[in-house]
Amino acid sequence: MTTVTTQIKLTPEHGARPDVSMRSRLQDALPKIVLAPSFAITIVFVYGFILWTVYLSFTNSKTFPSYTLTGPRAYQRLWRWTFESDPPSSWYTSITNMGIFGFLYIFICLALGLFLAILLDQKIRGEGVLRPIYLYPMALSFIVTGVAWKWFLDPGLGLEQTLHQWGWTSFHFDWIKNKDFVIYTVVIAGVWQASGFIMAMFLAGLRGIDGEIMKAAQIDGATTFQLYRRIVIPLLRPVFLSAFIVLAHLAIKSYDLVVALTSGGPGGSAWLPSNFMYEYTFKRNEMAVGSASAVIMLMTITAIIVPYLYSELRERPR
Amino acid sequence: MLRKLLIGTALGSGLAFAAHAQDVKEVEMLHWWTSGGEAAALNVLKEDLAKQGFAWKDVPVAGGGGDAAMTALKAMVAAGNYPTASQMLGYTVLDYAAAGVMGDLTETAVKEGWDKSVPAALQKFSVYDGKWVAAPVNVHSVNWLWINKAVMDKIGGTEPKTFDEFVALLDKAKAAGVIPLALGGQNWQEATMFDSVVLSTGGPEFYKKAFNDLDEEQLKSDTMKKSFDNLAKLVTYVDPNFSGRDWNLATAMVIKGDALVQVMGDWAKGEFNAAKKTPGTDFLCYRFPGTDGSVVYNSDMFGMFDVPEDRKAAQVALATATLSKSFQSAFNVVKGSVPARTDVPDTDFDACGKKGMADLKAASEGGTLFGSLAQGYGAPPAVANAYKDVVSKFVHGQIKTSDEAVTQLVNAIEDAK
Repeated sequence: MTTVTTQIKLTPEHGARPDVSMRSRLQDALPKIVLAPSFAITIVFVYGFILWTVYLSFTNSKTFPSYTLTGPRAYQRLWRWTFESDPPSSWYTSITNMGIFGFLYIFICLALGLFLAILLDQKIRGEGVLRPIYLYPMALSFIVTGVAWKWFLDPGLGLEQTLHQWGWTSFHFDWIKNKDFVIYTVVIAGVWQASGFIMAMFLAGLRGIDGEIMKAAQIDGATTFQLYRRIVIPLLRPVFLSAFIVLAHLAIKSYDLVVALTSGGPGGSAWLPSNFMYEYTFKRNEMAVGSASAVIMLMTITAIIVPYLYSELRERPR
Repeated sequence: MLRKLLIGTALGSGLAFAAHAQDVKEVEMLHWWTSGGEAAALNVLKEDLAKQGFAWKDVPVAGGGGDAAMTALKAMVAAGNYPTASQMLGYTVLDYAAAGVMGDLTETAVKEGWDKSVPAALQKFSVYDGKWVAAPVNVHSVNWLWINKAVMDKIGGTEPKTFDEFVALLDKAKAAGVIPLALGGQNWQEATMFDSVVLSTGGPEFYKKAFNDLDEEQLKSDTMKKSFDNLAKLVTYVDPNFSGRDWNLATAMVIKGDALVQVMGDWAKGEFNAAKKTPGTDFLCYRFPGTDGSVVYNSDMFGMFDVPEDRKAAQVALATATLSKSFQSAFNVVKGSVPARTDVPDTDFDACGKKGMADLKAASEGGTLFGSLAQGYGAPPAVANAYKDVVSKFVHGQIKTSDEAVTQLVNAIEDAK
């Protein structure tokens, strides 16, 4: 969005000159013409509908949108549900799950991705084969990942059953059937899918580090651990930021993974806010509550993205 | 530019109008009957209409419960692009009727005598404001037990008549080393079973007051607490791996003899039929103990939309064919449900179907035909889903006692109303 507005600001002064030929005027206008449709579509279908959703969250919409404003009743209900922990309300479950899932998913993906990238960066043979193997899960959709892990983690079909058949009968792993642990299986499947991609990001970052700095540090007698701890990881800071943003938005929208892997979990114990939103808007015909939860999700993302954008834009003048 | 576009649109729609001046010999139908048995059942209707010269245009949206289809329908209706008819469930019909987008089939209904032949309880959902807006296709009932006969013979069990006898039967199965109760731990399956438990524990009058009228006194009564206790008792007989299992996998456990019994609606019979099993010799269908004489139902309906004049003839043909005795019989034999009108001959049905039809007729006449809350025929979706939440949380242990469950149920229903 920012690029478009700057261009619009720049061009009028050019076009105002009378001796400019038709051709160069067209050339000036070309970027605007090319960008206009996508700009218009974004305005309507992204920002327009965001505003519409915000509006709906203040109405009493049920099955169909209704346009009479009735105040923040939907938010009041969500607020009340936020503190209903025993027995947990669906909203309480959704947001605590979001906290657990978001933190573990982002943290483990970053740690594992960095670790794998450092290992792959040791100039080992067969890197060309290994890299795509780690990267491949990202090519699968969440649905495929979810179904595959659902079968693998199912005590009656997958890992537990297989180990029992091999003779390890005391082995017990039923997290996917357990209301308190089911969210961690979502973390496992999510990490499996995304960590390879994060590894690729870190690998690109590692390849971008100047070899001279490394050599200088080695001459000064830095150990390998110190080298990474003091030099490489600090230099990777921009990669951390990008990876964090990618993971954060994947985490907040991972609706399909929960559905495919757990179909909501025992008693709805694996819900994320996105599941809550879909469930209330489309299944329970409580469109106002669904919209309100969507607005809260948007606010959460904004709270993460805006500081990032701010720091990025601030650094540019340097 | 804009003006050109407007002219173009006007011209285009003018042309379309000219082309539509004659009756459209086409039925556009949105449904989610895409799996084998269901698609075959629907074919009967397609052939009926083809004989009358109406083409059939499917708008199939796969997905058992119809969530995806309902989302698609919402979009179509919002865009003003009404299908001729759509498969719909319970309160959805009434929601759309209240939004003023449904057609009026009263004329056809009077001519065909639907008022007399369709049970009054069903008409609550197919008639809105005195006008027929939907054609019921079938009646499913949910208070059934599906039992593997070989296992039953092995453990020497007999038909349980009361809840206590049912528990005793489950104990026998447990002692014999069979999984007593096949249950899929998804909220709608648990709630479907609880519908039967409540009917069995409190009787027909209690069920109606609590789950159709949503009477708070009944919802928080001791009878409701006892119902939750009975549910807790049943849940002790499931295998540890039940959570999240699909209903048809639970049925398969009974078919294979891994489990003794499943509490499920009569769509489970379709699975037995598909596995080439015969009622009476391979499997048994009993009413849930203590619910004989009452029927807890849900029903598939074809909601009829307010289509333009030129498409009304096709709609009337579809509605007439849907409620014709021949289609009702042929379709429901394949689908496993029973006809939505009570005057259809039961000659083509198997033993379970015959019993189902007789029960429906008796229940309809005796006033013991009730909408299933779990299946969205007892109360609007917001309430029904709040109910499913509470039952599921109780089964999976987030809600620990029946006292707490009753409080939660009252609050959740009050909240959703």
